[in-house]
Amino acid sequence: MTDTSGLLDPELDAMAEREAIAPAPTMWQTVRHEVFHRPATRIALAVVVIFVLVAAFAPWIAPYDPLQQSFLAINQTPNAAHWLGTDQFGRDVLSRLIHGSRNSLIFGLLSPVFAAVIGTTLGVSAGYFGGVVDRVVSRVIDMLMAFPELLLAILVAAALGGSFWNIVIVLTVAFTPGFARVARASTLAVKQEPYVEAAMAAGVRTPVIIARHVVPNILAPIVVLMTLWSASSIRIEATLSFLGIGTQPPNPSWGNIIRDGLNNMFATQWPILSGGLAITVVVLSISLIGDAVRDVLDPEAG
Amino acid sequence: MSVLIEVEGLGKTFHDTSARLGPRRPPVRAVDGVSFQVMRGEVLAVVGESGCGKSTLGRLLLHLIEPSEGRVVIDGQDMSTMGAAARRQMRRQVQMVFQDPFGSLSPRRSIADIVAEPLDAFGLSGSRRARRETVADLLRMVGLPAAYMDRKPRQFSGGQRQRIGIARAISVDPSFIVADEPVSALDVSIQAQIINLMQDLQREKGFAYLFIAHDLAVVRHIADRVAVMYLGRIVEIGGKDQVYGAPHHPYTEALLSAAPEARPGRRSGRIVLQGDVPSPSRVPSGCAFRTRCPLATELCARETPPLVEVEPGRLAACHFASAFPITRRRNAA
Repeated sequence: MTDTSGLLDPELDAMAEREAIAPAPTMWQTVRHEVFHRPATRIALAVVVIFVLVAAFAPWIAPYDPLQQSFLAINQTPNAAHWLGTDQFGRDVLSRLIHGSRNSLIFGLLSPVFAAVIGTTLGVSAGYFGGVVDRVVSRVIDMLMAFPELLLAILVAAALGGSFWNIVIVLTVAFTPGFARVARASTLAVKQEPYVEAAMAAGVRTPVIIARHVVPNILAPIVVLMTLWSASSIRIEATLSFLGIGTQPPNPSWGNIIRDGLNNMFATQWPILSGGLAITVVVLSISLIGDAVRDVLDPEAG
Repeated sequence: MSVLIEVEGLGKTFHDTSARLGPRRPPVRAVDGVSFQVMRGEVLAVVGESGCGKSTLGRLLLHLIEPSEGRVVIDGQDMSTMGAAARRQMRRQVQMVFQDPFGSLSPRRSIADIVAEPLDAFGLSGSRRARRETVADLLRMVGLPAAYMDRKPRQFSGGQRQRIGIARAISVDPSFIVADEPVSALDVSIQAQIINLMQDLQREKGFAYLFIAHDLAVVRHIADRVAVMYLGRIVEIGGKDQVYGAPHHPYTEALLSAAPEARPGRRSGRIVLQGDVPSPSRVPSGCAFRTRCPLATELCARETPPLVEVEPGRLAACHFASAFPITRRRNAA
């Protein structure tokens, strides 16, 4: 399992003793080595970066106005003028995809990150402190978990209206219980570790123990959960848009493009294909990055 | 020699606090009315079978577990009446070495971070460079090359990890270290090295140990005084030579007779205890040891023998403490 060769070699030990005390390897060096030695991870990271750049510079990159309709050019297959064809209103699919990436990526990344931060905070507090904190947090989590996230989203949208930030809040609330559950269970396990007791005995403050010993050790499942939810969140945004609560037509989002294309599937498949492919590629890339990060966070695997 | 640690009537009862339905499990009396003193620079060994409460006792001393009753006075300051902040400051004086050399070092952190953890906690590590120098010194002190400091615990063997744990404990120059079975998880060949290291450091730095062990041979080497525990109580406490030479409690006698003897034929007769240790949730009435004691009478079931002085500096809790030693008596008979 572990490499112990050389540890008992007196010559090596002597060499190690003579060696000057080198400066500690920086955080960045460790991350660079652990994350980037796999080509798949490098490609995935490049893909996500490209998508983010495309979203950021959408108005300059998109060849057409995504809302501009043209009766003369409906349901076109890919051609020199429209690389991914046009939809039933003659709108350029590529332009809609590029503009849609803004909504989809923001939804896909923002809600899971918010939910992870809030859920982990709640779960770690409940698991570490136990007692009343644990009971209150656990009951609230149970209550939230009783609602499917979509139903929750519709409830909040009905109460507050379907603005962008409302949807982000709804998805955050919907995802939080999952993170809290995982964080609480992992914290309970980590809290039993002798090194946590050792830190207490050494006189380390509780917030430092949580930040230094508990959180890093429960981060692996949280990160994996985050990549899973980012896919779900792009998907749920699409559903909400279909129900008229998410991104409002004619504004594009990837989910929206697929929904629109579905009604027109037999005339042209290109909106569905491109929207679906975009979601797949981004979600796959995020998952790959998530895997790499998890491996870095797992001390025994590195 | 001045008193460093004073323990008075320390007790801990664990209650079943689980939220499940159904009847609660009976409370477990892990430590019961334990009192003793540790002098500055002294090594007090606590021995007993597993489950006798010796590890709980160690944790009570550090207030890692809140005692149910009694108090711990460290260097004249009562831990139980202290606020959380003062108690944390106290931890600078009192450090701990753990039994499990694998679990007690965070797998994620470098050796330097682990060793410097108490220093960091009390803001004593200084600049980045000073910290590395300090860690290097500490590692050399425990017999590890300083250049190993950026490695992770998984690259070390059990004995090496225990050295790291010791370096961590001595980093803040404590006056007292609780060593909870520090060698019982190690290979026999490594045990002696670690014991010697711990002894050398103790002599050099002058701190006191509460040395918890279940191995009498280990204790004999390092201890100044020995306390024998049975079912949460101290049954005998005294100087090492006194306790080992002529035990005044049948349990001590049985423990000693169970230890392997290096010279064959020297053994005068082994006392084999019958049965298991009773559950600490159902401690027998009177003397807790009576269910397995060869000397037990009706008196023992009725009255708990108090821990009384049988010789200067020597206490035993047995109605028949004066009738000892048994082995010799039996051989004479």
